[in-house]
Amino acid sequence: MSFGIANIIFLAALIIAIAIFAKNAGKIRRNIMLGKDVNRSDRKGERWKNMGLVAFGQSKMVKRPIAGFFHILIYVGFVLINIEVLEILIDGVFGTHRVLASPLGAVYTTAINFFEVLAVLVIVACVVFLWRRNVQRLPRFHKDEMKGWPTKDGNYILIIEIVLMFALLLMNASEANMEAAVAGPYLVSQHLASFFSGMSQEGLHTAERVFWWAHILGILAFLNYLPFSKHFHIILAFPNTWYANLNPKGKFDNNETVTREVKMMMDPSADPYAAPAEGQAEPERFGAKDVMDLDWVNIMNAYACTECGRCTAECPANQTGKKLSPRKIMMDVRDRADIVGANIDANKGTFKDDGKSLLDDHISREELWACTTCNACVEACPVQIDPLNIIMKMRQYMVMEESSAAQELNLMMTNVENNGAPWQFAQADRDNWASEL
Amino acid sequence: MSQQSIPSMADMMAQGKQPEVLFWVGCAGSFDDRAKKITKAFARILLQAGVNVAILGKEESCTGDPAKRAGNEFLFQMQAMTNIEVLNGYEIKKIVTTCPHCFNTLKNEYPALGGNYEVMHHTQYLKELLESGKLKIEGGKLKGKRITFHDPCYLGRANGEYEAPRKLIETIEAEFVEMRRCKSKGLCCGAGGAQMFKEPEKGNKDINIERTEEALETQPEIIAAACPFCNTMMSDGVKNKEKEGSIKVLDLAELVEMAGDLSS
Ligand code: HEM
Ligand code: SF4
Ligand code: SF4
Repeated sequence: MSFGIANIIFLAALIIAIAIFAKNAGKIRRNIMLGKDVNRSDRKGERWKNMGLVAFGQSKMVKRPIAGFFHILIYVGFVLINIEVLEILIDGVFGTHRVLASPLGAVYTTAINFFEVLAVLVIVACVVFLWRRNVQRLPRFHKDEMKGWPTKDGNYILIIEIVLMFALLLMNASEANMEAAVAGPYLVSQHLASFFSGMSQEGLHTAERVFWWAHILGILAFLNYLPFSKHFHIILAFPNTWYANLNPKGKFDNNETVTREVKMMMDPSADPYAAPAEGQAEPERFGAKDVMDLDWVNIMNAYACTECGRCTAECPANQTGKKLSPRKIMMDVRDRADIVGANIDANKGTFKDDGKSLLDDHISREELWACTTCNACVEACPVQIDPLNIIMKMRQYMVMEESSAAQELNLMMTNVENNGAPWQFAQADRDNWASEL
Repeated sequence: MSQQSIPSMADMMAQGKQPEVLFWVGCAGSFDDRAKKITKAFARILLQAGVNVAILGKEESCTGDPAKRAGNEFLFQMQAMTNIEVLNGYEIKKIVTTCPHCFNTLKNEYPALGGNYEVMHHTQYLKELLESGKLKIEGGKLKGKRITFHDPCYLGRANGEYEAPRKLIETIEAEFVEMRRCKSKGLCCGAGGAQMFKEPEKGNKDINIERTEEALETQPEIIAAACPFCNTMMSDGVKNKEKEGSIKVLDLAELVEMAGDLSS
């Protein structure tokens, strides 16, 4: 083949696909940056190691061995088979055909054989995942928050992967019978070659082209599906683990604005009526009512969520029938961030108050108050997402900005304030036990 | 033994002495009748082992954990800073506590506010005492008893300590059975995050019942706990199942004391 109209079409498709993807990925980046700043660039050595272990090494994924095993097949298959895309790109742009075949020789044949085996494993894994979702109907895929789009999304991804893998195999298979074949036959596709055995050379050539185009256009289309899908995790899982919280899970951040205020109150020499220091911004909102009150890691978490539901399956509140589902918390943050982002796009770069917020319009108070802060969700997440951090920020908003906690909790807090204990006991009785030894 | 007593920091200070470790009792351990038994058992063990220990006594105040987990950061930090003033005033270096919530807060959340101490949970401290030979278990009264252990979230997942409590159970030579969900997958008792102080949200079951049922599946004679709040939740669960006659919920400090016949 030589350079011609096909190459121009190819280049155009490539450029358009990448441009649209870049635009939509850029929007996600912008939405993530709606969040407040938080420093997660310390301890770089540990962060690389953590990403290596959890994302590349899939260490948390395999805690559930079946899902873990089949996911590794898809993950490794995807990463390695995409090496072949390199050749497709070169061929597509320069009008060559299997440009790497002759320079690589036997290595090329081995590589393609290997990719074909991987492709079969990917197909098997996708079928297993479809089975688990639709036939076995694992409960974690069928909670309330999964109704509608999330369930469809999960199936689409798996079906698209299967279609792409078949395009790859059939492309190789149609080449197998060609007199002008530059390489092959290959390990797997030779068995599919009989499909094409009756075809003329011209027909074979056309078939090969059709599958070639199907494969690459499929990949480009899939790329553009990612930003609208939980499948975006294949990109964000990596930064998400790099920026993960490395502290003990029980350590909750101390709000620094509060620290300043409390220090002022406790400093006998401070003037309570003093004007705030020069340049001090107007007091920020305590806790989180909307996505802008969260930090950017919270929002990145939401876009990295695979909706696998392991968090929810481990949540004690969810297991005992409460409304709280940590996965839903993450899905709600993503939905709201999308809405806020679209609002900004529609209003020339600034957010116009839509009278809605993450609290109440997406996440109910009942959900937030059901959390025991047990960290089971955080521990369970294979991508190291932290739903608890978001729950705590929203509780802070309800308590510190609205004073809207339940009556019993207000009583508890009054007791802490007045008696130094959550119950109504006298401080003077604290060490009564010591005389009963 | 009952003639011995545990000094307060104020007493120690007056005598110009400094303890090697401060026993942070916590609110439940100070006021709750059930938890006070744990406090006393642990205090007796410390005295028995000859540990130079003191308490803050009336100067101790809530760490602020329930306020923080309820969302009241302001009240938490007020509590924290008041406590830190007291602790730093006494130049405290090392703290041991029987409450995983106090343990977590003191260890993880006080440093940024100016309170830097070496903080240990009592299961870790007991393990050290046994390993160093300062404490010996003789008698083995709990030998062969069937015991299961409920991991407290704030000791386990929150701080990664799963081994110390299990080591203690091994030391008392009990027959140890794990629950299906244990260690990092341990199910919460339902008390954390200030849930202890409120009614649960609507659902089809209380969390402590779910957890108690799981504990009962192991057919234990004793359910071991390492947190006063877990203890309450599991005890309530056992009562709910009308099993309080045959199954005891006991803290590891109580188990160590019982096993070793320490109250000589
Ligand atoms: C870069 C290539 C990757 C590919 C092609 C890929 C592909 C897939 C596919 C097709 C699914 C759908 C399975 C289903 O839900 O039924 C999936 C799910 C998932 N992926 Fe990935 N993934 C990749 C990377 C990662 C990484 C780095 C992580 C981080 C550990 C990860 C974590 C997950 C999780 C937690 C699920 C949910 C599956 C479950 O537990 O059922 N993925 N992935
Ligand atoms: S921390 Fe809260 S949301 Fe997460 S598993 Fe525990 S109860 Fe559920
Ligand atoms: S937060 Fe983590 S565990 Fe939960 S659904 Fe998302 S990816 Fe899965």
